[in-house]
Amino acid sequence: MSAVTHFIKSFTLWEFVKAHALTLKYFFKPKVTINYPFEKNPLSPRFRGEHALRRYPNGEERCIACKLCEAVCPAQAITIESEPREDGSRRTTRYDIDMTKCIYCGFCQEACPVDAIVEGPNFEYATETREELLYDKAKLLANGDKWERAIAANLEADAPYR
Amino acid sequence: MTEFFQSLGMSYEWAWGLATLAGILLIALPLMLAVAMIIYVDRKVWAAINLRRGPNVVGPFGLLQSFADGLKVFLQETIIPSAANKGIFILAPIVTFTVALAAWAVIPFDAGMVLADINVGLLYILAISSLSVYGVIMAGWASNSKYPFFSAMRASAQMISYEVSIGFILVCVVLYAGTFNLSEIVMAQEGHGFGIVNGYVFNLLLFPMWVMFFISCLAETQRVPFDLTEAESELVAGYQTEYSSMSFALFWLGEYANILLMCMLNAILFFGGWLPPLNIDLIPWFDIPGIVWLLLKTFFFFFMFSWVMATVPRYRYDQLMRLGWKVFLPISLLFVVLISGYLMATGHYG
Repeated sequence: MSAVTHFIKSFTLWEFVKAHALTLKYFFKPKVTINYPFEKNPLSPRFRGEHALRRYPNGEERCIACKLCEAVCPAQAITIESEPREDGSRRTTRYDIDMTKCIYCGFCQEACPVDAIVEGPNFEYATETREELLYDKAKLLANGDKWERAIAANLEADAPYR
Repeated sequence: MTEFFQSLGMSYEWAWGLATLAGILLIALPLMLAVAMIIYVDRKVWAAINLRRGPNVVGPFGLLQSFADGLKVFLQETIIPSAANKGIFILAPIVTFTVALAAWAVIPFDAGMVLADINVGLLYILAISSLSVYGVIMAGWASNSKYPFFSAMRASAQMISYEVSIGFILVCVVLYAGTFNLSEIVMAQEGHGFGIVNGYVFNLLLFPMWVMFFISCLAETQRVPFDLTEAESELVAGYQTEYSSMSFALFWLGEYANILLMCMLNAILFFGGWLPPLNIDLIPWFDIPGIVWLLLKTFFFFFMFSWVMATVPRYRYDQLMRLGWKVFLPISLLFVVLISGYLMATGHYG
């Protein structure tokens, strides 16, 4: 008897028909993925994305060239050079991050005593050339100016847990 | 169209040549457009079945995705491996593409709308589709690389195996229609089922033949579950592995043009081609142009191709060969005997 049912099933392609009915059901189901470029997933305040150098509200850069981030960086992606400015304060003359080396561990922002270097919420910074990923100080400061509002909100949201 | 050019005062030879050229362009250009759109449909259907959204950025609903991909591919550098046999390496995609286009010459899009209304249209299609394996073999051999070579071996064996059963299935259709001319085969299907429905598929003897033809078409165009020539998990990308840029795009276009051709053959041979599905003028659908019916049916079959691709896992190579030689071949042979016996007994030929 089972041989007969097996014969009938294989000649009517029963399993295939069943499988296709199932996939047709899935065809009409609502999609589980988000409509990405137009719709984005929520990010945690701790999300570690593109780097940015922040400023104080009066426009002064926060970074004091202590080089703790350079020292802690496990990928050695950060390069800093510094000189005293005319007013005697210690400032960076060069602050480079090689984004192709960076492993986004977040140690730099953990190490920073003045919350100057942070990893912001931006993750859409693909470039057409490799050179564009070698960030210099101007680029990082520009990032900071661009994302300051979001970064400040994230830092505040995460502050109770630090 | 020849008459139109003749009316402009040309000699018959010139008018015929121009008319044929216009006909070729009228088929080939929309075909390229259709291939671009059908690749998009393909990706959308798989995505929908996988509960994804698929391409959605380029143009409205991502409709222009294929054109963006095409542009990207055309702008790439054409890489020819140093160990490759240069002449054959370049010739292979051209052969695939040309052969894929050549078969469209005998497809009747509507009553009288056919480029070459030859009496052996079906044989012509069989011959051309056998030729298409040469592009794959040449690509695999000229690449001088092991995965493309494996793929070419698999492709040739596979296509030869399934062409045998396709041949016998087509014999069944020809026995019923009594002609090799594709237009006449379509006309022979008018009112085939009790005078109500158009199409051989509604015939109890020919329905199993259609199922087998559909599955053989999947194997012939190397679609899942018979895509052993491109089996990504085993052969990188099969015979296309060493190709880039335009040559890769030509393979891609040729492959999808072949798939469209097979979908259209399904519609023409078993589903009544340009005839409406029912032979009754329920709503005034006899006024709908025949080409619309044919394209609708072709689209339906293409949807089935994608649907199968999203559902069925790949066959093992021995299973593929077993299905071809030990299942399809004997069954199609049996049906040739059954159908010819039935037609003799019922006095089909009068």
